[in-house]
This record gives sequence, C-alpha cells and structure tokens, in this order.
Amino acid sequence: MQSEKGIWKVIAASSVGTLIEWYDFYIFGSLAIIISEKFFPPENTTTAFLATLATFAAGFIVRPFGALFFGRLGDMIGRKYTFLLTLIIMGGSTFLIGCIPSYQTFHFAPYVILFLRLLQGLALGGEYGGAATYVAEHAPEHKRGYYTSWIQTTATLGLLVSLVVIITTQNSLSKEDFNNWGWRLPFLLSIVLVLVSIIIRLKMKESPLFAKLKTEGKTSINPIKESFGKRQNLKLVLLALFGATMGQGVIWYTGQFYTQTFLLKTCNLNAIQTNTWLGVALILATPFFIFFGWLSDKIGRKIILLTGMLLAVFLYRPIFSELFSITNTKNKQEVSTNIHISKTVVLNNSADSLITKTTTTNFTDNTVLVETEKYVESVVKTGNNQPKESKKIITLDSHYKWKIIGLIFILVFFVTMVYGPIAAFLVELFPTKIRYTSMSLPYHIGNGVFGGLVPFIATLITVMPGSNYLSGLWYPIGIGLICFIIGLVYLSNNQVKNS
Amino acid sequence: MQKIKKYLGIVWIILAILSVIILIITAIENIASKGGADIHNPIPWIIIITIYLPIAFGFALFGYYAFKEEYHV
Repeated sequence: MQSEKGIWKVIAASSVGTLIEWYDFYIFGSLAIIISEKFFPPENTTTAFLATLATFAAGFIVRPFGALFFGRLGDMIGRKYTFLLTLIIMGGSTFLIGCIPSYQTFHFAPYVILFLRLLQGLALGGEYGGAATYVAEHAPEHKRGYYTSWIQTTATLGLLVSLVVIITTQNSLSKEDFNNWGWRLPFLLSIVLVLVSIIIRLKMKESPLFAKLKTEGKTSINPIKESFGKRQNLKLVLLALFGATMGQGVIWYTGQFYTQTFLLKTCNLNAIQTNTWLGVALILATPFFIFFGWLSDKIGRKIILLTGMLLAVFLYRPIFSELFSITNTKNKQEVSTNIHISKTVVLNNSADSLITKTTTTNFTDNTVLVETEKYVESVVKTGNNQPKESKKIITLDSHYKWKIIGLIFILVFFVTMVYGPIAAFLVELFPTKIRYTSMSLPYHIGNGVFGGLVPFIATLITVMPGSNYLSGLWYPIGIGLICFIIGLVYLSNNQVKNS
Repeated sequence: MQKIKKYLGIVWIILAILSVIILIITAIENIASKGGADIHNPIPWIIIITIYLPIAFGFALFGYYAFKEEYHV
C-alpha cells in the first residue's frame, strides 16, 4: 500500500480537483439570477423553458448519467485518466460559460449555456466516484474512512470558495461593472484552477488495486452489465441507495442549502448576515468530516451514518423553529417606526410611476425590520391597494450572531456525520473491478435526485392547505427516517466486500 | 430480525407504488392550478416523474429482494 507521504499527494491531487469541480458547479447556482438576466430573458417563453431545463436537468438527470458513463470508463480504462477527463470537461465548460456573448448579441446563447450546464452535470457525476475510489484504493484498509474523508470536505469547501470568489469580485468592482462583465470573472478563473489541478493529477500514478487488476487482465469488460445486470451486485447498489445515500443526500442538502433558503426567504434575514454566519458555521464544522471519517475506521461506518440521520430526523423541527423564533418580529417589542414614501421610478413607455413605501421598524433588542412595498400609481388610483412587490428584510443585532451560528453548526454537524464516512462505506461495498460504476450511481441518485429535490418538495409542501413555515421539513425528515430504518435493519457494520 | 427484514420488503413495495401514485396526482393538481412558481410549471414535473419512475421501480425491487430473503446474513 501507499507510503504515508505518498498518500497525502494522492489526497491533495484528488481533493483539489474535486473541490474545483464543486466550485464550478456552485458558481452557476450562485450567479443564477445574473445568468438568467444575460442569457434567459423571461419575456421569451423558449428561453424561460431552457432556463428551467438548465436548473433541473443538470442536477437530476445528467448527474446519474455522468455516474454511469464515467463510472464505466473508470472501471475499464482506469481511475486516473477518467477523473482527469471529468476535470477537463467541467473546467472547459465553466470557462466557456464566462466567454459566451449575452442573448442580446447572440440568440443561440441559451442553447449553448444549457449544453454547457449539462456537460457540467455530466462531469460532476463522473468526478466524485473517481476521486473517492482513487484515494480509497491507495489507502490502507484500516484508515480508509480517515483518508477518504478529505474528499468529503470538498463539497463544503467548494461552496465556500465559490462564495468567497463571488463576494470578492463584487466588492472589488462597482455594481455596474460587475453586472456588465465582472460576473464572468469567477467563470474565467476556473480555467487557471483546472490547469493547476490537471498538472498535479497528470503526475499521479494509476490506483494500485486497479493497476494490479489490469496487469492480471481481470478488469471488467462490461461494468454496467456486471453492476446492474447481476442480482448479487444490484441488490448491493439498491441497499447503498435506500439504506445510506438517500438519507445522506437529503440531510446534506437540508443542512447546507435549505438552511440558507430558510433564513433568507422564510425568516427574511438579510443576505450578508445569512451568508456570513453560514460561512462561519461551515468553516467550524468542516473538520468534523475528517473526524467522523477517522472515527468510522474505529467504530464502523453504519453507527455514525445512522446516528447522524436519527439526530437530524428528531432535531430538525426544534432547530428550524428556534431559528424562526429568533428572527420573528412578533416576539419583539417595537421602539419606533419610520415610514418613507418615494415616487421616483417611471415605468417604461408611459407616464405611470412606481410608488415605493419603505417602513423601518426598530425593536428593543436592536433588531431592524425594513419592509418595502412597491405600488403602481395607475393601479392604486383604481382602488386596488395590493402592492406589486413586497419585501421584508430583518437585520439582527450582533448579540444573536453566535446563537444563529451555533444552530447552523448543529445542522452542518449532522451533515458531517452522514457525509464524512460515506465514501469509505460505498467503496467497501463493491468489488474493485466494478467499484467506480457501482458506487457512483447510488451516490448521485441519493445526492442529486433525493437531495436536489429538497427545495422543490419543501416549497410544494409549504403551499399545501394547513401547512406552516416548518412543513417543508417533512420531506427530509420522512426520507431520513425511511433510510434510517432500512439502514438499521439491512446494513451490516462491517459490510466490506473489498477484493 | 430475519422475519422483520423479510416482511418489511412488502412495506417497501407498497411505499414505492404509493409514492408514484401520489407524485402523479400532486403533479396534475399543481400544474392545473396555474401560477408563476416552479411547482406550477409542467417541465420540472416531467423531469422529476421521468427520473423518479426507475427509482421507484428500484425501491420496489429492493422490497422484492428483501421479501425473497436476499438480504439475510
């Protein structure tokens, strides 16, 4: 097996590349609003349709297909060249998104963006399984959880890096420059990061276990058929999906993304406080991915995975309820209210104007609530007092900072419990010759489909009659509970099929 | 424990079938009640149902394997 010094090179080469892939995938999501303005004008129904496809298809359909396509390749030609290819596809697509002229000058732009976004999803589907397999096959058996857990930190760190790059670019440029051309910089930067990572990865050798199989002529000729056509392996793929990755996916997505949406949209907390506090909680919790990976080598993967799921199932509602309660102005005592009305914006092609009413309320605990309502003057004159737009932004006093960070930290802590040991768990479930294919599919269905559906299903539940601000949590709670029961009953704590 | 594993298999098969029925009914209801949100847009529903059908089949198959005692250790 690999020497201690050699394994760190393997981990660094794999982790940096995977981190860059996550970064590439996230910046599209983080800059979705500006991308939609530049490439998908909403007044055009075709482009709106393409925008929906870009959002939904990349996460749901393409990632599992990427897992199958690149997994097959990785089990046939090797891990090293396959996950090098996924990196090139991801980096190239991201860079090209930053180069495409906007819809105003190039009407095919929405189609090209959709194509590039699908390529991103495809590449992401192939990357993770390759990196996890590559590291695991270099690591000694008793330290697999610890070494693969470094790969597990990359999804969180990729999100952080994307936020830091975007915020730095925004702060370095004027708002106008950022909207005109500055938003392209995070995409263009990707090519530099990818080139560095490719140079590092090119210097790495093939995984020793795969190289041995290849020398002996024992690699799989048809990994997809062997993975899903043989009952002995298919039943393990199904067990991995329904007994582990399905629950892990919803908990991962709820902890890292739904929390952000909940604070911004349900609690109306201001974006700077939300993103900064979430960022701090992510940084504080990230070492626990490694801790739980390490711990899983000592006490087993199953117990940590299932404990994380169970804690999430029981504690989601109290934690989200507390977050809501802290930001709920109905629980606070008003000190003063200031109303400001302006009539400044003239609507296009008419003498009509937009009336903006801004109400600022201060509370005894230094919380400030700013409510902005916009009315169209001509509509108001007809007696309709419904605002065209209505927005609330709450800014909390800094003494709430650590309480909110603490609550988010607990949510991300559950993520580290279920996500830290999952790579080692999946790798050990399948034999070397079909490992890349077999582990990639349940991982990407669990995370891409079950996890990716969290915002959609949560929104769906909250608009149902009788629902409240916590009802959206029934989806991750329900999926987490089913997965916990399946894992508890069917998974073994030392389900090692390493060959 | 082996009996629990076996008979829970039936539960998973029923859940798989029920989840597809609920998903399709919910999709029809939400698409019919028009609005600007994603949940009223047929495209996400078509994508979700298309991708979920094989997953539900997999869940039912998992239940079948469990019932057939394939997961007995």
